Amino acid sequence: MAARLHRPDPRRVVRLGLVGGLTAVFLSAIGMVEAFAVRSLVDPEVVLGYVTVALVPFVFGYVAAKPPPVREGMEPVRPGGLSVTAGALVGVLTAGVVALFVVITSEVNVRGVLQNVSPPLLDILTFHRGVSQGVAWLFFGGTLIAAGGAAVHLIPARFRRPVVLAVTWVLIFGLLQTLIAQVFRGLKIGDVVNPFLYKGSRGLSIHGAITVWIAVFALVVSMEGQRQAVRRRLDEATPAMRRNYLLFGLAVAILVLAVTPHILGNFLSEVLDLAGIFLLMALGLNIVVGYAGLLDLGYVAFFAVGAYTGAVLTSPLSPTLDPELSFWTSIPFIMMAAALAGIVVGTPVLRMRGDYLAIVTLGFGEIARILFLSDALKPYFGGAQGIIQIPNISIGPVDFVTSQEFFYIIYGLAIVLIYVSWALQHSRVGRAWMAMREDETVAEVMGVNIVQAKLQAFIIGAILASLGGALFAHKIGSIFPHSFNIVVSITVLMVVIVGGMGSIPGVALGAIVLVGAPELLREFSEFKFLLYGALLIFMMLNKPEGLIPSKERAQELHQDEAAQDAWLRREALGETEPEPAGP
Amino acid sequence: MAVLETKNLTKAFGGLTAIDGLDFHVGEGEIVSLIGPNGAGKTTFFNVVTGMIEPDAGDILVDGHNVVGLRPNQVLERGVARTFQNVRLFPNMTVLENVLVGQHTRTRTGPIGAILRTRRFRREEVEAVEKAKDTLAFFGTRLVGYRFDQPASVLSYANRRRLEIARAMASEPKLLLLDEPTAGMNPQETRELTELVAKLRDERGFTICLIEHDMRVVGRVSDRVVVLDYGTKIAEGTYHEVANDERVVEAYLGTKAGKAAS
Repeated sequence: MAARLHRPDPRRVVRLGLVGGLTAVFLSAIGMVEAFAVRSLVDPEVVLGYVTVALVPFVFGYVAAKPPPVREGMEPVRPGGLSVTAGALVGVLTAGVVALFVVITSEVNVRGVLQNVSPPLLDILTFHRGVSQGVAWLFFGGTLIAAGGAAVHLIPARFRRPVVLAVTWVLIFGLLQTLIAQVFRGLKIGDVVNPFLYKGSRGLSIHGAITVWIAVFALVVSMEGQRQAVRRRLDEATPAMRRNYLLFGLAVAILVLAVTPHILGNFLSEVLDLAGIFLLMALGLNIVVGYAGLLDLGYVAFFAVGAYTGAVLTSPLSPTLDPELSFWTSIPFIMMAAALAGIVVGTPVLRMRGDYLAIVTLGFGEIARILFLSDALKPYFGGAQGIIQIPNISIGPVDFVTSQEFFYIIYGLAIVLIYVSWALQHSRVGRAWMAMREDETVAEVMGVNIVQAKLQAFIIGAILASLGGALFAHKIGSIFPHSFNIVVSITVLMVVIVGGMGSIPGVALGAIVLVGAPELLREFSEFKFLLYGALLIFMMLNKPEGLIPSKERAQELHQDEAAQDAWLRREALGETEPEPAGP
Repeated sequence: MAVLETKNLTKAFGGLTAIDGLDFHVGEGEIVSLIGPNGAGKTTFFNVVTGMIEPDAGDILVDGHNVVGLRPNQVLERGVARTFQNVRLFPNMTVLENVLVGQHTRTRTGPIGAILRTRRFRREEVEAVEKAKDTLAFFGTRLVGYRFDQPASVLSYANRRRLEIARAMASEPKLLLLDEPTAGMNPQETRELTELVAKLRDERGFTICLIEHDMRVVGRVSDRVVVLDYGTKIAEGTYHEVANDERVVEAYLGTKAGKAAS
C-alpha cells in the first residue's frame, strides 16, 4: 500500500501551539524556570531552566507532527515536510504566547498576584538581551525547537529511539552529576573519567556530552537486535534452563547489592535507604491493591503500627512499657500487632468495594495518626513528643549505624519480602486474590472465600508495611506522629501505580524513581507534588499499566492495540483475509 | 436421593415475584432442562440455588442438606457449580489459572504453606495443575498446549464458553448448572456442545441442569424438561410431552389466538 503524506489538521496545530504557550507560561509563573535556572547541565549554556522551557515546544511540536496510528483498513501515513511546518507553526504560537507574557509583565507589575513573576525571570526569558531583542530570540528559538521536535518523525524508525534516548541520557548525566561522579569514584575510575566528562560542578563538558551521546546511541542501536534474540532464547528455554537463568540473575543482583553502598558512599546510600523503606511498604500495598484489587488509601496506618510497636518494645525511653527487646526479638510482636491492625481495618470493610473501600481506609489512616498523637494514649506512645532513643539494630557484636550499613538490613529484608510476594502470587492464595480482583461475585461462586481472602490480603499487607515501619523507626532513632501522615499513603500508592500494579520489578523501579530521585534533585523538592501529579496524569493517559507492567495488566489495558498489532503482522505477511465473494 | 431439591422456593424483587413456590428436583445422573420465556425466573433460580441471592422462603436441599443461607463458596463446596449466561471468566488470568481457581475449594494450602513452599504445597500444586490440564483436555485440543498460558480474554467466544464449563468442572461438583451454554454459538458449535453435555454426564458422571432456549438442544439432551413461567412450574415431563402441552405453547406464544394462527 502506498503511504500517503501526513497532513496535520491545522485546527489541532493551532490548539497545540496555544496550549504549549500556556504550559510554558505556567511553568515560568510558578517559579520552576527561575528555580532551575542556576543548575547547569552541559557547560556553558545548557541550564535546566532553559531545558524545561525548551521541552515544551519540543514536545508539542513532536505531538503535532505525529502521524495518526495505522488502523485496520486505513492507508498508512508517513510524515513529510508538512509535518515539520506544522511543528514550526506550533513553535511560533508557543513563542507568541510566551512573548505576550513577557511584554505584559515587563509593562505591568503582576507580582502582587504571581509572586514568582520577577525581573530575574523576565531576564531569563529574554535571554538577558532586553525585551525587544529577547522576544525576537524567543520566536527564533521556539520555532526552531518545535520544528526540531517535529523532525524527530523524519528520522528513520530504526534510529529514532536511539537518537532520542541518547539525548535524554545526556540530560540525565548532567542532571545527576553528583550521583554519576560518585559512582565513577566508587569504581576507582573517577580520577580519569570525571574531569573528562564534567567541568567542575557546572555539568557536563562539551566533549563529555558528545561522548555520552555517542556511547548511548551506539549501545542502543547495537542492543536493538540483541533484545529480540534474548527474548527468543528465553521463550525457548526449558524450565531447567530458565531456573538456571533465574539463579544466575539472582546471584548477580545480590552481588550488585552487596557492593552498592561502598560504591555510592554515605549520602547516596541514605537516599537508597529511604527508597528501600518505601519499597518495603510498596511491596505490601502491591499485595493489597495490585493482587487483591482492594484500594487502600490509609496504608500508612500499618506503617505507623510497625514503627510504634518497634519503638515501644526496644526504646529504653518508651513511656510506660519498656521491655527493651532487641530488634530481632521484637519482630514477632511487630508482626502480631500488624496482623491485629489488619483485622481491625479489614473486618469493617469486608462488604465494601471500590470507592467506598478507598474512602473508609482513608479514614482509618487518619485515625491511626490521630490516635498516636492523642493525649489518651500519651502514656504509651508519648503523644506529640513521640518516642526517642530507639536503639540501633545489631547482629551479635556488629552494630548497623551508618546508612551504608543499614542498607544491608533494608535490602536484605526487601529480598525476603520480594520472595514472599512472588511465592504468594504463584499459589492458591494469590490466584484467589486475582480472581477476586477480576470479579468478586464470580470468585465467590467459584469457591473463593471472600472474607478469608480479603482478610489475608489486609493482614499480609499490614505485616509487610509494619516491618518497613519498624526499620524506619530504628533508622531514624525517634518517631513522631506527624511522620505518618496521608502523604506517605499517597506516595506509596503512587509508587505502586507508576511502577506497575501487580508487578514486583515495577514496584522496585517506582520506589527508586519516585522516592530516590526527588532526594537527589533538591531543586525539584518544591515542585515534587506538581511533578507527581503531572506524572500520574501522563501515566494514566499513556501507560496506565505502569513502567514495568505485570503481564496481565498490560493485556487488560491494551487489548485493542494487541488486536491491531496482530492485524498489522498479517498485513505485512500479505495474508489478508479472503474477500467475501461478490453477489 | 435427589442431588438437588427445592421445596416451596420463593423469591420476590419488590412487587415482582421471580420465583413463586417452586418445587423442583434433579435426580442423580439426570439431565434436566429448564425452559421458559424471558423473565420466567430461570436465571434467578440458578442465582438462588448457588447462594448468590437469598430466597424469601422455601428450602434448597443439596444431597438432602439444606443450603439456604450459605455463602456461594460454601454451596460450591457442597457440590453445585454453575456457568453464566454472559460468560464471566477471569479475563486477565491465564486459561490454566482460571481452571485452578475452580479447584480452590478442593485444595487447602494457605499463605504460610505457600511462602515456605512446603512439600504438601508443592505436591498439591503439581496435582492441581495436572488435574486442570486433564479437565481442559476434555474439550479436545482446543484449550491445551500453548493455550494454557494465554489470558482468557484472547480466547474466541466459543472457547470462553468451554473454559467456563471447564472451570465449573474443576470444582468437582455433583451438579452442574449451565446457563444457556449454546447462546451466541453457530449451528456447528451448538451441535458440538450438545454432544458435550451428554458426554459430561456419561463420561464424567455429572448431574446436569441447564437453561436453554434452543429447542433442538433441549430435545436432544434432556431426560426431563421443566417449564417455568412467572416463577412457577407450568409443565414437566419428557421433551415431547412438554412441547405438546397447551400451557407451554400459550406461555411462549402468548395467546390462544396465536396458537390458532400457527
